[in-house]
Amino acid sequence: MNVKELISLIDGHLYNDSADLTREVLGGCGADLMSDVLTSIQPEAVLLTGLCNPQVVRTSVMADVAAIILVRGKTPPHETIKLAEQERIALISSPFGMFELCGRLYAAGLQSLERPVDGSDCNCE
Amino acid sequence: MSSNSLFRGKNVSDVEAEDITRVEELAYELKVGEVMTPDPATVAPETPMSEVLELFRQKRISGAPVVENNELVGLVSIEDLLRCLQKSDLDAETGSYMSRKVLTIRETDPVIEGLKQFVSSHFGRLPVINSSGKLCGMLTKGDITRGILKAMQRDYQEEEVRRYRASHLFEDIESDRSSLILRYNISQGDFTHGGAASSAIKRALLRLGANPQIARRVGIAVYEAEMNLIIHTNNGGIIRVEIEPKQISINISDDGPGIQDVNMALRPGFSTATEKVRELGFGAGMGLVNIQRCVDSMRLESVYSRGTNLRLKIFLPNEESVGERTKETQEEKR
Repeated sequence: MNVKELISLIDGHLYNDSADLTREVLGGCGADLMSDVLTSIQPEAVLLTGLCNPQVVRTSVMADVAAIILVRGKTPPHETIKLAEQERIALISSPFGMFELCGRLYAAGLQSLERPVDGSDCNCE
Repeated sequence: MSSNSLFRGKNVSDVEAEDITRVEELAYELKVGEVMTPDPATVAPETPMSEVLELFRQKRISGAPVVENNELVGLVSIEDLLRCLQKSDLDAETGSYMSRKVLTIRETDPVIEGLKQFVSSHFGRLPVINSSGKLCGMLTKGDITRGILKAMQRDYQEEEVRRYRASHLFEDIESDRSSLILRYNISQGDFTHGGAASSAIKRALLRLGANPQIARRVGIAVYEAEMNLIIHTNNGGIIRVEIEPKQISINISDDGPGIQDVNMALRPGFSTATEKVRELGFGAGMGLVNIQRCVDSMRLESVYSRGTNLRLKIFLPNEESVGERTKETQEEKR
């Protein structure tokens, strides 16, 4: 699936013209914690997130994310759009929520690109 | 163009998408106005054909629009001129030889429209009309070829040149040990630019010829460290990256406040981040753990109230290097 097809699948709105709509999306990852994204995401995934600050774009560049979807119709601030424009990474907003979007994309054949993380690392109580 | 069916519907299958070349994409992206020859030489219906001959010869063109009272009324081409020459009729007016049935194309049409018209009409040139219906240029197949070539060069040249230059950086410099050092000053609390240094470092490595996995590991490790400087320090800090053909050494240092309990800081999930930082998606206590995952060696030294120093190293696999070509090509050179 390429970015253009992805947009039509989620009634998405694309914020930046510089994005390459023919870029292939190999799978998906959903997270609001950027550290989680950096820990587990594999290259060329679409990132679904509820965060819309510029750090989302930075994180995506570091992690070779193919496209960013802001869930629940969030409108990103100007700096985020500007950075996405500059880094040529598709910044898309969709009216649907995280669960719905994950379901849609999974049903359309996108696999999970979240690497399972060894639980022994986590110290949460 | 064998793929006229492409883009007709909304969705292109993966198999089809693989066959789309950049040239085909550009045929849809580029507008006629970007590739046409603007402000073409025009003639009037009463212009003698002898002048048309002279115009074609001087400007090295093979056709010209015929304009009367600012309106396009016809097109005179080299074929019309040949007919005229055959009859030795060069004193005749252009109006009696020009073709009046003229196909035009809009300035805002994609180039593919021009290509389609050329294929279906056998015409060699098309007058271009602007939004107010006035003649603003001429389009030939040559214009399209030149326009697409230029756009492709624009696309690739810049980055190619940068990569080419950087990927040979160490080759012609003789020393016992060459390295390239990059330094970045990071300001405390500057969330807007958070990650800018990491982006620059990742890009530099890719230009130096590092493989994408290495660039990604360095990018992620430095990004976490950069965010730590922004979030936790008193006065920001410095990121220093030393790039050698076979290893990348990264040093992140600041002058305080320092880490109270280093072992605690290295425990997954441990965090001292504020609510504001957590809202940005950071501060989950995974930063140092994640850095450790990405690098081959990590040393964290901190003196509470004095400052912190984080040293990271990434070693390149045997067959890979940055800033120089592969061994085989170097040996060939010798």
